[in-house]
Amino acid sequence: MQPNSPPNPIRRQLLTSVTSLLGFVGVIFAAIPFLSAFKPSARAEAAGAPIKVNIGKLSQGELMTVEWRGMPVFVYKVSNEAQNVLSLDKTKLADPNSAQEQQPQYAKNDTRSRKEGIAVLKGVCTHLGCAPKFYPEATSQDFDPNWQGGFFCPCHGSKFDLAGRVYANVPAPTNLEVPPHYFESDSMLVIGSDGAS
Amino acid sequence: MATDTRTKRLLNWVDFRFPLTEVFERHLSKYPAPTNLNIWYLFGFLLIVVLAMQIVTGLWLMMNYTNSAEEAFSSVEYIMRDVEYGWLIRYMHAAGASAFFALIYLHMFRGMMYGSYQKPRELIWLGGWFTYLILMAEGFTGYVLPWGQMSFWAAQVIISLFSSIPVVGEDLATWIRGDYLVSGITLSRLFAFHVVLLPILLIAIVFFHILALHEIGSNNPDGIDVKKHLDEDGVPLDTKPFFPYDISHDIFALGVFLIIFCSVVFFFPTGGGYIIEYVNYEPANPLSTPAHIVPSWYYTPFYAMLRAVDFPLFGLTAKFLGFATMMAAVAIFAVLPWLDRSPVKSIKYKGILSKTFLGIFVVSFFALCYLGMVPPTETKALLSKIFTIGYFSYFLLMPIYTRIEKCKPVPERVAQV
Repeated sequence: MQPNSPPNPIRRQLLTSVTSLLGFVGVIFAAIPFLSAFKPSARAEAAGAPIKVNIGKLSQGELMTVEWRGMPVFVYKVSNEAQNVLSLDKTKLADPNSAQEQQPQYAKNDTRSRKEGIAVLKGVCTHLGCAPKFYPEATSQDFDPNWQGGFFCPCHGSKFDLAGRVYANVPAPTNLEVPPHYFESDSMLVIGSDGAS
Repeated sequence: MATDTRTKRLLNWVDFRFPLTEVFERHLSKYPAPTNLNIWYLFGFLLIVVLAMQIVTGLWLMMNYTNSAEEAFSSVEYIMRDVEYGWLIRYMHAAGASAFFALIYLHMFRGMMYGSYQKPRELIWLGGWFTYLILMAEGFTGYVLPWGQMSFWAAQVIISLFSSIPVVGEDLATWIRGDYLVSGITLSRLFAFHVVLLPILLIAIVFFHILALHEIGSNNPDGIDVKKHLDEDGVPLDTKPFFPYDISHDIFALGVFLIIFCSVVFFFPTGGGYIIEYVNYEPANPLSTPAHIVPSWYYTPFYAMLRAVDFPLFGLTAKFLGFATMMAAVAIFAVLPWLDRSPVKSIKYKGILSKTFLGIFVVSFFALCYLGMVPPTETKALLSKIFTIGYFSYFLLMPIYTRIEKCKPVPERVAQV
């Protein structure tokens, strides 16, 4: 026979609370494998291993797109004219001195490169991840009559200079990222590792 | 006559064990529909038909589709070229997605016009809103599956939106993608969502939506509470049974809908690039973004808002604020029942302010829909900002304008309208 009310209501309430709490903790633990399975798998992680790029044949002013971790990486050999432009007009840039952590320490300089003359940039717009297009010539463009040469993102109109520095008042908040890289020799570039030094 | 009694005996046998006749009469044949329902009340029925069509065509597509980055694109080509009637099934599914959104927008607008979200129909409205959310997720995940250029870059942009969330954003985006950039891993998980998780949720919520509706009863264009006047059997006087009166309207509407739908499927299957975008006939290339990317037409109002917010505020980046605005524009529908303080339901009896703001909302919605499709210019960016404000003013000012305006008296009975 059921009693009308529990003989000890406080005890019953405590037991209910403790059981619910334990059940809740159990659910959290049970959720861990399911949530973790969403993370990049070991294979996806391994695909992030460094890659070697032969830049020996890259001529001045030429851009090469290589794939690292499934994303485009721009390797650009800066031409002499462009070198001059790079040092000129900084007033229109949002972060001309690369104050934000968008590059390894060794690339925190005026050309944002480890080795003067070779720009290595992730080809992923810092706005919403499109691949910016390369417009090296300093000529008038549809999107900018005073174009100085650089990268233009077709998705939402973000503009970057030849060193991947973002212009002010465009949707992209930061400069293009410089991936970790080092030069094994003059013609051999390694992307994805800072090197032993 | 002998068969009649035999059928009746079988039915009795079932009814004794399961409430078959009761459920059938309550939810279909004898469901009391107000006598003054108009053309706006057809879309719910059409939505159910489209849902069924999407499930059937989707199931058939899945039999020949391969969800890997290497084979997805070619498996869609295979469906289009080599599978018997594969082209028809795929075009139906693609046009069905657009039809689904067109109908749900009309259905939602009906609710907004006639105050169908008001007490006591808040849960019906919330159920419908949740259906809309799932439908948006379903539309997005399905769009990625053909793994063309638009599929790939849409996935890249949409998932990157999450990276704008302060602190956890980047990790969250990587977690959703399962990779550092959209890849085959992302494709297969979106596929799993598209064919299993989201359809199950969708069907469950639609079921809930209809159950809640049938508990309270349909609203009507005059917002009259028909349950105030019942006949001797307890049936509202101003209603008629669903069968045969309402179903005959619905079937006629279905005929009209199918004429339009089949015309699209057979003669304009890509809808001029609005149903299937031309860029999506190129396989996905992670190294090159197409020159002009736009979302499907049913998302462009929100996309225009994302672009309209191009200024940082309160230390938050423009990127995050744009994302937040876009999310808020979809989420705000959920609180509509609590924003409306009007004593009347239908726009017919509300005052001039309600009518004006509903008008502003409609104009803003269509304007944003257009602005989200075209490449941005300075004028268009300004227009997007103005119409974003117009869109939100309908909701945010509602507690004020519905209280201060003068409403017309609502008649007691439908016959007095």
